[in-house]
Amino acid sequence: MTTETTTRGETILDARGVTMRFGGLTAVRDVDLTVSSGEIVGLIGPNGAGKTTFFNCLTGLYIPTEGEVRYKGAVLPPKSFKVTAAGVARTFQNIRLFANMTVLENVLVGRHTRTKEGFWSAVLRGPGFHRAEKASRERAMELLAFVGLAPKADHLARNLPYGEQRKLEIARALASEPGLLLLDEPTAGMNPQETRATEELVFAIRDQGIAVLVIEHDMRFIFNLCDRVAVLVQGAKLVEGDSATVQGDERVIAAYLGEPFENAPGAEEVAEVEAAEAAQAETAEAAEATEAETEAAEAQAEPSTDAAPGKESDR
Amino acid sequence: MTTQTTASDTPSAPAAGTQTGLIGIPPLLGRALATAGGALTVISTFLAWTWTSDFPGDLTVYGYPGGLQVLVLIGGALTTLLGLASFGVKGLRWLVPAGADAALKFAALATFGTVWYTVIAISVELGGLVNLEPGGYLVAVTSLATLLGALALPFRRPEPDPIDPDDSRWEHTRHRAAHSWETVKAAFSADAPPAVRRLPAYAEILVIVVVLALALTVFTYGIGTAYDELFIGFLITAGFGFGALSKSGLIAHASQITSRHQNITVCGAFVTAALFPFTQTDDQYATLGVYILIFATVALGLNIVVGLAGLLDLGYVAFLGVGAYAASLVSGSPSSPFHVHFPFWAAVLVGAAASLVFGVLIGAPTLRLRGDYLAIVTLGFGEIFRITANNLDGTSGPDVTNGSNGVSSIPNLDILGFDLGAQHDVGGFTIGRFANYFFLMLVITAVVVLVFRRSGDSRIGRAWVAIREDETAALAMGINGFRVKLIAFAVGASLAGLAGTVQAHVTYTVTPEQYLFAGPIPPNSAFLLAAVVLGGMGTIGGPLIGASLLFLIPNKLQFLGDYQLFAFGVALILLMRFRPEGLVPNRRRQLEFHEEAEAPTVLEPTGA
Repeated sequence: MTTETTTRGETILDARGVTMRFGGLTAVRDVDLTVSSGEIVGLIGPNGAGKTTFFNCLTGLYIPTEGEVRYKGAVLPPKSFKVTAAGVARTFQNIRLFANMTVLENVLVGRHTRTKEGFWSAVLRGPGFHRAEKASRERAMELLAFVGLAPKADHLARNLPYGEQRKLEIARALASEPGLLLLDEPTAGMNPQETRATEELVFAIRDQGIAVLVIEHDMRFIFNLCDRVAVLVQGAKLVEGDSATVQGDERVIAAYLGEPFENAPGAEEVAEVEAAEAAQAETAEAAEATEAETEAAEAQAEPSTDAAPGKESDR
Repeated sequence: MTTQTTASDTPSAPAAGTQTGLIGIPPLLGRALATAGGALTVISTFLAWTWTSDFPGDLTVYGYPGGLQVLVLIGGALTTLLGLASFGVKGLRWLVPAGADAALKFAALATFGTVWYTVIAISVELGGLVNLEPGGYLVAVTSLATLLGALALPFRRPEPDPIDPDDSRWEHTRHRAAHSWETVKAAFSADAPPAVRRLPAYAEILVIVVVLALALTVFTYGIGTAYDELFIGFLITAGFGFGALSKSGLIAHASQITSRHQNITVCGAFVTAALFPFTQTDDQYATLGVYILIFATVALGLNIVVGLAGLLDLGYVAFLGVGAYAASLVSGSPSSPFHVHFPFWAAVLVGAAASLVFGVLIGAPTLRLRGDYLAIVTLGFGEIFRITANNLDGTSGPDVTNGSNGVSSIPNLDILGFDLGAQHDVGGFTIGRFANYFFLMLVITAVVVLVFRRSGDSRIGRAWVAIREDETAALAMGINGFRVKLIAFAVGASLAGLAGTVQAHVTYTVTPEQYLFAGPIPPNSAFLLAAVVLGGMGTIGGPLIGASLLFLIPNKLQFLGDYQLFAFGVALILLMRFRPEGLVPNRRRQLEFHEEAEAPTVLEPTGA
């Protein structure tokens, strides 16, 4: 819905052939993904598809077994703090705030890579120290105002309600002045209003010129938000394209709901019932027939989810 | 506890919200009894309690309270004042901003505890109750009456917790016990006082001066207690008395005022500490003072590593040892293989630098570990240091440290012509050798406090706390975890080394046996960690108070003897059970451990 307004820039994130193996298990297999500046890209897939593992490969928490990740042309270093310094910030799926620090301090920690004051500067407290500290605080308060947490700057992070903790995590990530923000399920556990607010927030971040890559399960959220959506299934990229393409793709539907397959248990019975119904009352209404079809689809979907093999949670 | 409830099964306690006391005396009568009892107790301290001066402190003189009687006098006076304040006497309202009743109970407990301890100690030591004079009986009765009166004061009872009738008898008993405990806790609890209103600046500074003077008096009295009985009495009075002041809300008000003038308070605290040698007539207690300061300074250094960065270091005393050895080897001691005599400033630099190098050498490989693994490895390195120092004796290895004999006859320091080993007369006060070192050590403590305060409230300090809170998230915020942890480790090590350089000169001799993991004499690694945990992690006051207590208690209570470590362990377990955040809680940790209770949601920018 907002694709028209964005101006696509050059590619800033370029992941090529990223593969991540844990022993015999291949969690991510040969995934290519690019993100251009000013773009919001979604990453979806069923549980255990390898989304978070892929994120961890991008942010240096894991070192990909094969493939490479380039950010603005340079290969990302294999240490997460260097990745952040390079300009890729992230949030976590299960909130990881510094619970016993205040809201403001959390954001100030996020400023770490953009400030230089070391131990001696802190002890000697020259004019440079005070200047940098003041600038950091001002920037942090700006960010808190941006996400709407400025009145709670002195609260402990642990005492914030859930939705605000998510916002604080985003503010903390933004404090490192990233060119690319990776959001791992930013609306998990949120009610529709909060989800809507988060959507606005992500648009606002994009409008500041920061590209966003977001993992999400909420389909309405992702299709509203994203310029481009990639679907990961069992570690491999299945489809990539705009919302309409992905929504219409049969393979995506199959990945979520399962697809009908030969000799599915129950298929014969359904066929029999259908045949019997057809024979019994040829004047049957069309509505009844469609009802039977939906039932059949459900009957097929169920066994296929059970049969999904080798899913491994990477959280 | 349960969802199946029957209201009728609760004990015959009155319903919640009613205001009754623990004891069935009418509240007004109880209040009067407590106040009058306090006054009578004060009077009876002027009587003789026993007939012979065999009991230490000479409690036989009429009209002149001595020894334990002075403590009882203070307790009684406090009780009387709080009692009068609880009647709403004008001019005393400021004493009890948070309500007088709970404070009165604590004050009565302080008096009662000290009196009955004295009476029992007299009876036991002198062999029977006959050794008590009428004054002794009188004070026992009045203090008991005071306590009973105070316990009759009304308080808000907790909600009765209904019992599940299906529970077993054992569960019923447990349930009742838990409820009784809640009731007792409620009887001794007070609300948070309202915020103190702003006084003119000079008045607030005056308050700070009074608080500091009081602290100096209490500390000087405690360190100067000449015999076991008096020290125990001091602990009882000081402990419950502090409880009374804290429940009355005075402590909260004082800390609000001090937090408004942090710099003045810190400077004032150092001036107060520097006044300590002037309160002493000889060098006996200045010795204790300087040892306490060494212990406290090292504990404060450890607090950077443990309290801020969250790195559990069980071999920290090794850094003190490295500093002490380094300073002793360049001190011109005859048993040092290097026959050099560095001036003090150079020796300090050598000591701190040696500890720094040692800290980095140990830290670089071990800081890749987290949590318990780091603790075990540092424990190992601490022992490695001691054993190495033992073996560098010329037979098992090269002769550097003179083995288990240690480096001895370390000469006294001479700073700019000022001989720290000699006595000096300053304005009529005699400043002995240990007092000299006390002043020097105070400067080192000031340096450590400065480093702790400034680094804690800065980019690097926030990075330390972030690492402690969640290392993965901290890394994702761009913090180079290893580097930041190594800095914490190195800073902690050099500060300990700094203290070690002075320690070497104070003790004359440096031997490996001074730097054990655990032993009866602090400082050792276990006691250092205990001082930090006991006092309060991440605070400045905590380790200082924790170290003072941990040093004074074993030193004063000689009769504990071999049971010292046992008693220490029991005390530590009890403390961790009932006050896990330590004696001087960091506001953060208080929130961490008592999230359900009255914890404020806003962390005021007062810091530790």
